[in-house]
Amino acid sequence: MIDVHVASIGLCGPGMANWVDGRAVLRGEAPFDGTLPKPAAAILPPAERRRCGQSTRYALQVAQEAMTRAAFPPTQVAVVFASSDADGENLHHILESLAQPGHEVSPTRFHNSVHNAAAGYWNIATGARTPANSLSALDASFSAGLLEAAVQAVAENIPVLLAAFDLPFPPPLDAVRAVAAPFAAALLLTPQATTTSMARLRVSLGTEQPDTTMNCAALEALRSANPAARALPLLQAIAQEQRQRLSLNCGANSLTIEIERARK
Amino acid sequence: MTPIFLTHYTLSSALGHGKQATLAVLRQDWSGLRANDFADAPLDTFIGRVDGVEDIALPQALERFDCRNNRLAQLALQQDGFTSAVAMAREKYGAMRIAVILGTSTSGIQATEHAYHRRDPASGALPADFDFAATQGMNSVAEFVRRHLGLSGPAFVISTACSSSAKVFASAARFMQTGLCDAAVVGGVDSLCAMTLYGFNALQLVSAEPCRPCDQARKGISIGEGAGFFLLEKEAGPLALLGYGESSDAYHMSTPHPEGLGAALAMEKALAVACLQPGEIDYINMHGTASRSNDSAEDQGMRRVFGNATPCSSTKGATGHTLGAAGAVEAAIACLCLENGLIPGTCNTRALDPELGSAIQLQAVSRPLRHVMSNSFGFGGNNCSLIFGVTS
Repeated sequence: MIDVHVASIGLCGPGMANWVDGRAVLRGEAPFDGTLPKPAAAILPPAERRRCGQSTRYALQVAQEAMTRAAFPPTQVAVVFASSDADGENLHHILESLAQPGHEVSPTRFHNSVHNAAAGYWNIATGARTPANSLSALDASFSAGLLEAAVQAVAENIPVLLAAFDLPFPPPLDAVRAVAAPFAAALLLTPQATTTSMARLRVSLGTEQPDTTMNCAALEALRSANPAARALPLLQAIAQEQRQRLSLNCGANSLTIEIERARK
Repeated sequence: MTPIFLTHYTLSSALGHGKQATLAVLRQDWSGLRANDFADAPLDTFIGRVDGVEDIALPQALERFDCRNNRLAQLALQQDGFTSAVAMAREKYGAMRIAVILGTSTSGIQATEHAYHRRDPASGALPADFDFAATQGMNSVAEFVRRHLGLSGPAFVISTACSSSAKVFASAARFMQTGLCDAAVVGGVDSLCAMTLYGFNALQLVSAEPCRPCDQARKGISIGEGAGFFLLEKEAGPLALLGYGESSDAYHMSTPHPEGLGAALAMEKALAVACLQPGEIDYINMHGTASRSNDSAEDQGMRRVFGNATPCSSTKGATGHTLGAAGAVEAAIACLCLENGLIPGTCNTRALDPELGSAIQLQAVSRPLRHVMSNSFGFGGNNCSLIFGVTS
């Protein structure tokens, strides 16, 4: 069992262009309209913004939003990026090139093909030389990322920014790996409570349980069809500022997360 | 940190299957590189290919995971009694209390490359027998190995390019320290595929001759494949993970910081975590890819932290650059060196680059070692240094 504190959140997905919008939707105070956002990823220098893929823009958009609300700079924060398969569009272009007689791979596409591309662009954009991780656990990528980030925050006694992102694959890969809509969420975790903490998470690992689901059918459809959107029940619990306990699949087992509103 | 013990380990690379085959070759400064005979990417280069991968058959229950990467994983798991050692640990701790954290950079992408050659000419659809998640899915190897070993603890893949399977040690150490598991299987697997050969070739980083790390006439890397696995436990054994250091360059996506600042930071952190002084490191297994920029940056990073007296070498002239598996393969080499009192040479290298100032060893030397550092640096400016030691 480990305790971490949520200092801030970033969000970018259908009907939720940022945490302020998303919080209202998750509290039931605004309708969920499913409009796709246009992540600016303004933290990236223009040259990098041109070179990077859309998945990196989503990842950096939420990472930047979470850091904007934080009380410390990115240079003091370790990052954990979690994604089932990172940049599927870039992968498709490389695979198409490889299937052609010339086998010519674009150098930019090749360096964007690493799973840690988002982490690399984040470090370049922020100048942070802190540890950066990038991990995958297929549909449990968000929970594995949460576990890794929480463990790192506690074991190393540093703030850790978790950014989960998954985007739909283009054809023909979309037929063999279905991701419904682009979604990214970031949580800045600290080992101790701070004056701006939003919630405390008590995370434990146990035998497999059914996942906590979303009551709203449209949000549940999003949750079940995008690995990063498995964050939605946790985000909703934080938005509702109520004490809650939820279950989140973590591969062969499940995380139990107890959420408690931060004491002001 | 509280030391984490490496109670069992194994590796397979172009040097051979298992520890004894690897050690015998390292002692002789022989190279496992061969003229490229990998049919998927017939480039004029040398490769570090593992013999026998094609002949491996996965258990029937795990057939959907069949791809070159998982075959290589299984080949490696079968060496040095590793699978039975994990079975004993499973009895001792329970399947749920053992984590599986593995590194890979390209997973089973060869399966998708082949599927793209078999697309339906009319619709463009991929063949019906192609299973993306179980082959190329980035966590495929962690899920395959977890099932193969009958474990049910947390299982995931770390994919930070060529530092992937070094960072798994840091993650596992933290998981064990915070009580989320009692033991961990860590390691890395990366296998030959068209994407990395053509991709590195597009960056003009692939050498037409066997790679020559730190040579004044080095002309780039030789791509290899390999796998290494470790069983980590808290109970004392003769080999231990004493420290780890993770850092980022914050400089460029595919070129290291020219002065090796990120690399130096990872080495300094590893020393701090291990509570060791630079002079207490007896040998550094370099990342040493034989690209001009890597070897120069790493040399500057090492000199910044260690001065110029600590013996170091790159074993990539022997194994090739095993990319996402390099961290695990070279951690296993570091352990072989500690157990057998060996500083390996830098094979294929003839004349050291005079601009490099570290104590780079060209020939293997027998000498007792207490502490060994292993460096791994990857695209995205992602760095990890590990320190292993003998505890007896």
